[in-house]
Amino acid sequence: MDAFVLQVLNGLDKGGSYALIALGLTLIFGTLGVVNFAHGALFMLGAFCAVTLKKILTISKQVKDESITFFDAFKEVPYLELWFGETGTAIIDYAVPLSILLAIPVMLLIGLAMERGLIRFFYKRTHAEQILVTFGLAIVLQEIVKAFFGANPVPMPPPELLTGSADIGAAIGLGDSVIYPWWRLTYLLFAGIIIAAVFSFLQFTTFGMVVRAGMQDRETVGLLGINIERRFTIVFGIAAVVSGLAGVMYTPIVPPDYHLGMDFLVLSFVVVVVGGMGSLGGAVTAGFLLGILQSFASMNEVKEILPGIDQIIIFLVAVVILLVRPRGLMGRKGVMES
Amino acid sequence: MTNTTNKFKLSRRKLLTGAAAASAGAAVFSGGTPYSFVKGAYAADFRNDPSSQSFIKLGFNVPQTGPYADEGADELRAYQLAVKHLNGEGDGGMLTTMKPSSLKGNGILGKKVEYVTGDTQTKSDAARASAKRMIEKEGVTMFSGGSSSGVAIATQSLAQEMGVIFMCGLTHSNDTTGKDKRRYGFRHFFNAYQSGAALGPVLKEEMGTDRRAYHLTADYTWGWTQEESIKNTTEGLGWETVNTVKTPVGAGDFSQYITPVLNSGADVLILNHYGKDMINSLTQAVQFGLRDKQVNGKNFEIIVPLFSRLMAQGAGENIKGILGTTNWNWALQDAGSQAFVKSFGQEYGFPPSQAAHTCYVQTLLYANACEMAGTFYPPEVIKALEGFEFDGMGNGPTEYRAADHQCFKDVLVVRGNANPSTQFDLLEIVKEVPRAQVEYDPAIFGGDLGPYEV
Repeated sequence: MDAFVLQVLNGLDKGGSYALIALGLTLIFGTLGVVNFAHGALFMLGAFCAVTLKKILTISKQVKDESITFFDAFKEVPYLELWFGETGTAIIDYAVPLSILLAIPVMLLIGLAMERGLIRFFYKRTHAEQILVTFGLAIVLQEIVKAFFGANPVPMPPPELLTGSADIGAAIGLGDSVIYPWWRLTYLLFAGIIIAAVFSFLQFTTFGMVVRAGMQDRETVGLLGINIERRFTIVFGIAAVVSGLAGVMYTPIVPPDYHLGMDFLVLSFVVVVVGGMGSLGGAVTAGFLLGILQSFASMNEVKEILPGIDQIIIFLVAVVILLVRPRGLMGRKGVMES
Repeated sequence: MTNTTNKFKLSRRKLLTGAAAASAGAAVFSGGTPYSFVKGAYAADFRNDPSSQSFIKLGFNVPQTGPYADEGADELRAYQLAVKHLNGEGDGGMLTTMKPSSLKGNGILGKKVEYVTGDTQTKSDAARASAKRMIEKEGVTMFSGGSSSGVAIATQSLAQEMGVIFMCGLTHSNDTTGKDKRRYGFRHFFNAYQSGAALGPVLKEEMGTDRRAYHLTADYTWGWTQEESIKNTTEGLGWETVNTVKTPVGAGDFSQYITPVLNSGADVLILNHYGKDMINSLTQAVQFGLRDKQVNGKNFEIIVPLFSRLMAQGAGENIKGILGTTNWNWALQDAGSQAFVKSFGQEYGFPPSQAAHTCYVQTLLYANACEMAGTFYPPEVIKALEGFEFDGMGNGPTEYRAADHQCFKDVLVVRGNANPSTQFDLLEIVKEVPRAQVEYDPAIFGGDLGPYEV
């Protein structure tokens, strides 16, 4: 039972990150009909918003390290600590959550710039051309990040308060082996909040209603005198923000490097395809489903029967779903079927 | 009349020139003249012979991207420093402490050392392509580097095919100088067997003989051989192996592999990971509260058999108190280590890593072998390296064993420092394990070095 609960938690945690990335991706596809291969790069850029803020907060004064005697060594003391003491240390400690405040406007701007500056010229082009141009853009973006931040991963610890693990087993009457890191639980909660916020926005606001109408029938909405293109541009920006925030909060789990986006790209497309192209609910459901399946496939009991299954489970599921339900779990008729 | 007579007259100069040419020709074609007496006699016989140039070019093929990029960057710094010292610049570093040494600080065999660099990307195919470019396009006479055994094995096999010596960088798999050893490949770094042999007694002393171990292992040659060596060692102590789980290189998130450890009944987690993978898996294992757990009435322990200071830096607080082994540490007090640390520190502002140390030493050892052989001709340089015994390079008296091209020297057992006195003092040396304790019969890993002439 302990192992089962742990793997469910693990799956939900993984699924949270998959769902967040796939949500943004499918939002873009559903509205603009663009297959955005630069979406992983948006996730990576979000992570580097956190890195940038950490770097800004830790701008340091070089102080000679007197403990090293046989060559001149210097240690760096952040100005924030020099000026504000423990308060400065606490601000640096909360660099990752604080980065959310930076990432929202930055990612919105990046999203809008991407859509207006490049993507809109490819709306009427084939999907193959869209894939080529967005993939090229992803490579450019990751090389820019590499040039500024180097190739190595950047450690981004969570705030001191959220390090360590929660004893979930004790709380629900199971064994003491059911423990789970506080930051991962925070990430899961965060993913839930963002997903709920996006759905609420689309469901309960006039803007969202128009966007949903536009997703169903773009031409008719346009005939009603609504500038649907402008709204879709904003949706692109929102999708970039969602991916960026997913990247920010992921940094304490895996230290980010320039390649982070590519690591998630294929995975996020599989999630979208399994969920059904253009279906927001499908993307979220598939994200959590695949996360949980991947987690259970990594159990030793499963791998004893099917060695290596943990490496292929996601793709295996994708193949089966596409054979049984070619439009994915919640795919709509007519999407990518022309 | 006079002119006609003079035409057939044999002058003393012509006689001497003819005699010299005849004896040189006889020497080359008879094969009886000792090679060392005829410097540069192999000019036409081997690839990238620098005899006709005023310089010799070396290739430094290191991971500049990918999971081992930290090590790669430090390796490159060390190579640049080695080149500087070989060319007589700087304070000379280990050139002043190496014994015996034929190095003069005037390049190698009087030729200025130049270098080119490549990116292995920690991928065998990319590393081979980069090495091939260095050999074919850049004309390197020797190449070196790498922070992965998969890469080392792939590139040393290329070295054998192309007849260009490869001085391995950081590679810890038993296979590099075991079943995949090559005549043209040399390893100064220690290996997984030696890590196990060095760690065993310390583990027994600190954790006892009644333990249950769980392995997470990088799924490639190095991980496999390290797991095997450490497992043999711990089982020899009486420990039970609960499970051995392979994880993909560059997995990033190891949570799905760590959660099964929590209720496996294991009280020791052995992380056969290196570089970025090790930083991630250790950080995540600590986040999952493993270090705070009590299992089977004992404190849960984590072991990282192959440690480096760079990894300790990346893992931060999580490394404290964790046991492992290392090839070398900057805090060693011998003259060679101190000379190297001083040079490196003055140049870059921080001490070198073990990856930097092994690469620096390898470059000097190759240069010294050329000086000893009196030629760049690879078979002769190889013979000079084989069985070479030296000291003053940071690990006590060391031997390049001829049978497998593995260096034998003292190994360090280290622990993540709980109370570092300096920002670089991340690893505390627990024990300097003498060379005799980590020696083994080369036959146990099999393999064949292959021919000298290719």
